Amino acid sequence: MGEDTDATPTLNHRGFLPDHNYVTEADIISTVEFNHTGELLATGDKGGRVVIFQREPESKTEPFSQGEYNVYSTFQSHEPEFDYLKSLEIEEKINKIRWLPQQNAAHFLLSTNDKTIKLWKVSERDKRPEGYNLKDEEGRIKDISTVTSLQVPVLKPMDLMVEVSPRRVFANAHTYHVNSISVNSDYETYMSADDLRINLWHLDITDRSFNIVDIKPANMEDLTEVITAAEFHPHHCNLFVYSSSKGTLRLCDMREAALCDKHSKLFEEPEDPSARSFFSEIISSVSDVKFSHSGRYLLTRDYLTAKVWDLNMESKPLETYQVHDYLRSKLCSLYENDCIFDKFECAWNGSDSVIMTGAYNNFFRMFDRNTKRDVTLEASRESSKPRAVLKPRRVCAAGGKRRKDDISVDSLDFTKKILHTAWHPTENIIAIAATNNLYIFQDKLNSEMH
Amino acid sequence: MSATTAMEVNVEARRILAVSISKLYASRTQRGGLRLHRSLLLSLVMRSARDIYHSSRESEGPSGAQPATEEPMDTSSNPGEQTRLSEPQQEPQPALNSAEMAPEEPDNTEDCCDGEITEDKENLSPTRQSRKRRGKASAAPDFLPSKRARLEPGEERYAAPLGSCRVGAGESLTTLSLNRVIPAF
Repeated sequence: MGEDTDATPTLNHRGFLPDHNYVTEADIISTVEFNHTGELLATGDKGGRVVIFQREPESKTEPFSQGEYNVYSTFQSHEPEFDYLKSLEIEEKINKIRWLPQQNAAHFLLSTNDKTIKLWKVSERDKRPEGYNLKDEEGRIKDISTVTSLQVPVLKPMDLMVEVSPRRVFANAHTYHVNSISVNSDYETYMSADDLRINLWHLDITDRSFNIVDIKPANMEDLTEVITAAEFHPHHCNLFVYSSSKGTLRLCDMREAALCDKHSKLFEEPEDPSARSFFSEIISSVSDVKFSHSGRYLLTRDYLTAKVWDLNMESKPLETYQVHDYLRSKLCSLYENDCIFDKFECAWNGSDSVIMTGAYNNFFRMFDRNTKRDVTLEASRESSKPRAVLKPRRVCAAGGKRRKDDISVDSLDFTKKILHTAWHPTENIIAIAATNNLYIFQDKLNSEMH
Repeated sequence: MSATTAMEVNVEARRILAVSISKLYASRTQRGGLRLHRSLLLSLVMRSARDIYHSSRESEGPSGAQPATEEPMDTSSNPGEQTRLSEPQQEPQPALNSAEMAPEEPDNTEDCCDGEITEDKENLSPTRQSRKRRGKASAAPDFLPSKRARLEPGEERYAAPLGSCRVGAGESLTTLSLNRVIPAF
């Protein structure tokens, strides 16, 4: 499975200095998302920029250099803002990017920071009109006396230019920090979720939104849980799911009521009383939730595990995968260095047979749901020469039996965390964000999904 | 639970509480404003650390240095009657002193110093009724130094050197953090 993964050249568009460990904070990648065909890959960073990569079409002359991703467009999506009423600075960090399904030649994506969602149009221009009557090629106004005849301007080819323009700005709808956006399968609406509320928007209307979930208690002192992620069902436009900091998932049906505070289904695993510790609540908080492509399953990630849930079974998850259980005894130190608050994302492959999520030390893990095999791989410059095959890694407990190339728990670098990963919708291509570097791996031998 | 294990849990709970409070104060100055999710998780950890601390002290029972007179915590209890263990005060102090509370709360430092100097006026009786309302959830661990200087039973009054002035957190701060961390912004 993962053992045959090839590495394409690391796409470092940031300016990483190999001699130093210094990383500009603005360059830290904060979200990664393929579009619906996988032709485009968008990344957002802490500095509010979005970089879009495009896959080169397969070359007939060189069949092995199929589809590498190159930079297509870069633009500044969000700027830092200041809320004067609350004396708060609003970070420009891009929390999420979601692509709209393509309906014409242009591409559209939604990007959001803590407070404002923006719809961007990405279009190509490869022709320009030439032969104006009143102005010359440089745009200078012609002297009228020199114009002796009329000509019709014609479109001539030009170098490809990618233009990005903001088409909509959806602002002032969230009191708390936006953590998720999700486009509905009706292609007309989308939702945005913050810590306590979820709003439903129409893509064409920016001055109002509908509040569909509100879990803010009357008295904030009674607050016990917040919304951590939300997503629409891939096929049923009335269904969506949201996860909470308590580790629960709620499936809501918008047909039942205007305000979906009451869930249709509640997915919750009973807590194991023997595993209780100071940090039980923190590690059970769900950091990401994703519907499977089929719409039949849910994938969730909490601090130590990834779980697959069947929509028809609310009592417990269908499968539980240990991502890095060796950290369970280290929760106190991870609390002190703030790592316990890290929010890892998770991803399905196109056929819903493999799930993937990140970990520390630039490791990421893949679990095959059918064979029950799992693999740990590393995204690093040293181990990812172009065309190199990734070597599986292993973490052994401190003091345990060590094989060559194993790494012990105590040697893990907790500053190198892979929070954001994405899987191509149909092929075995994955995008891994490791701090300020983006790695794209392709499985050349097993290109077909199975 | 043996006395030693209870003591270990005790120490652990206190340390986690101190770390949590310093994180809470640090998050105030974070860019982007207070994060509700993070503040909630911090307060949950603090609550369970506090609960475990109290339950481990209960299990210590008569082997402890002082009887646990602060149990049960409710609004009717008089916080002024809380006796404090002299021993645990020493341990969390370095943790608290090194925490970011020192630069964050200089006004508390001054209060403490003033309290020390004018202690005669302020501390006429160790059982003085406090006007502050304390909710059920506001049971503050007594090891955290309070804003007002108090006499240990049997202790004589003497001019306290400034070095022993206690920085920052008091019971009121813990109360603040547990109850008010969410509505604080």
